[in-house]
Amino acid sequence: MVHLGTNILFAGNNFVRLLEGLWTTVWIAICALIIGLILGTGLGILRTSKNRPVRILLRLYLEFFRIVPSVVLLFLFYYILPRQLNLNLPAEQMAVLAFALWVAAEFSDIVRGALISVPQHQKESGLALGLNGWQLFRYVLLPQALVLELPATINLATRVVKTTSLLMLISVMDVINIGQQIIEANRQTYPNGIFWIYGIIFLFYFIVDYPLSLWARRLAAKQH
Amino acid sequence: MPEQILKIDKLNKYYGQHQVLYDISFEIQKGEVVALLGPSGSGKSTLIRCLNGLEQFQSGFLFFGGKQITPQEKNWPQLRQKIGMVFQSYDLFPNLSVLDNILLGPLKVQKRQRAEATAEALKLLQRVGLEKYAEVYPRQLSGGQKQRVAIVRALALHPELMLFDEVTASLDPEMVRGILEIIRELSERDNMTMIIVTHEMNFAAQIADRILFLEEGRILEQTPGKEFFQHAKTQRAREFLESMTF
Ligand SMILES: Nc1ncnc2c1ncn2[C@@H]1O[C@H](COP(=O)(O)OP(=O)(O)OP(=O)(O)O)[C@@H](O)[C@H]1O
Ligand SMILES: [Mg+2]
Repeated sequence: MVHLGTNILFAGNNFVRLLEGLWTTVWIAICALIIGLILGTGLGILRTSKNRPVRILLRLYLEFFRIVPSVVLLFLFYYILPRQLNLNLPAEQMAVLAFALWVAAEFSDIVRGALISVPQHQKESGLALGLNGWQLFRYVLLPQALVLELPATINLATRVVKTTSLLMLISVMDVINIGQQIIEANRQTYPNGIFWIYGIIFLFYFIVDYPLSLWARRLAAKQH
Repeated sequence: MPEQILKIDKLNKYYGQHQVLYDISFEIQKGEVVALLGPSGSGKSTLIRCLNGLEQFQSGFLFFGGKQITPQEKNWPQLRQKIGMVFQSYDLFPNLSVLDNILLGPLKVQKRQRAEATAEALKLLQRVGLEKYAEVYPRQLSGGQKQRVAIVRALALHPELMLFDEVTASLDPEMVRGILEIIRELSERDNMTMIIVTHEMNFAAQIADRILFLEEGRILEQTPGKEFFQHAKTQRAREFLESMTF
């Protein structure tokens, strides 16, 4: 029997399963981003505070999440922490937690960078109008920092989406894990299935990430 | 008896170990225009910035409207509404339109009504010839226009004292006159009390009731405006004037 390779994509409910996997991926990325950006904003503001111990602590937090590879981070959250802390969450939620803390760390650095790169003159002319510390932050620093940090934030989002490909390692049913299952189940019928499945996964990631990176590049170009 | 707005008594200011202001003392009465002159690095900006709390000073006394201001004043936001300041680099907020730049202080700091504050802002814009630019963003304005908006933004808070730090120094020559005219009108029409740091000697000669000549952080002389330019008391001031006219 001769099979057209592409048929593996549509045999049974394969395509729907792949889409469900993609949805898991995107959903985890979105949750992690939302939580991470909110937390990261707070941490970023604290990193510009005058309190040295606070700054050092947050710096260490950032470096930890930067240095530890994402795979190790996921293992830590899925296999090690739950046992140590007696915490039993589904793999998806652990993944969201791990990614959110990572996003928060990276985003705190972006927020801090944006805040300190608002020119000193802007702060002074705000103060000269009688704005207090909070008003200065709210009406002068934050709006300008948001514009400055947007490209880096979108880049961070694309990295998060990419890194979700590691989720299969903690047995989350993401798009890659499902793809892998389909390949294995059809090894006999579709020996070339791996090519098509990973081809479509590549396309999925491209469709999600490319517009983001295009947007980031546009914004960055506009600022220079 | 004239009403005293500001009094500075033996103010000393250091950057770390480096002293930049020495025993500065002077007073300014309501309606008076004081020009602060002196060579580059003499401390003019530092002094004027001490007067609205952008720099802290280490010793001395500051009285505004008869009340003492301490160096680490918690009430600076309150006081700064009464002490307007305009800088060399205009520093409009790029994320806000001209009108919103002007309204930020009246609405957020003074909690005034939007309708009333807007009406006043538009009137002030009209006064500086920019009534058509209310909805425009700062990046669309020329340097001279930005500086006029910056002046309006300070005036919108109804200050009792205005500080100008070289507000024409980064403008093209043809823009300078317009700004100076606005400042002159503020003095003549509104009887605004002002301290002006400037390198425009002709302007200072015309507008200043009194000149403070500063060198290396010290006030070398305080002389009525006209007299300073005709026969300054100190040799250093005469040399300075000569260097500025050639
Ligand atoms: N942030 C600072 N830290 C340390 N030293 C400073 C700082 N700002 C100013 N100085 C020093 O204080 C002195 C006075 O500077 P200031 O800017 O007040 O002079 P100025 O009279 O305004 O000069 P210019 O005409 O060039 O504007 C200078 O010696 C300057 O180097
Ligand atoms: Mg200066």
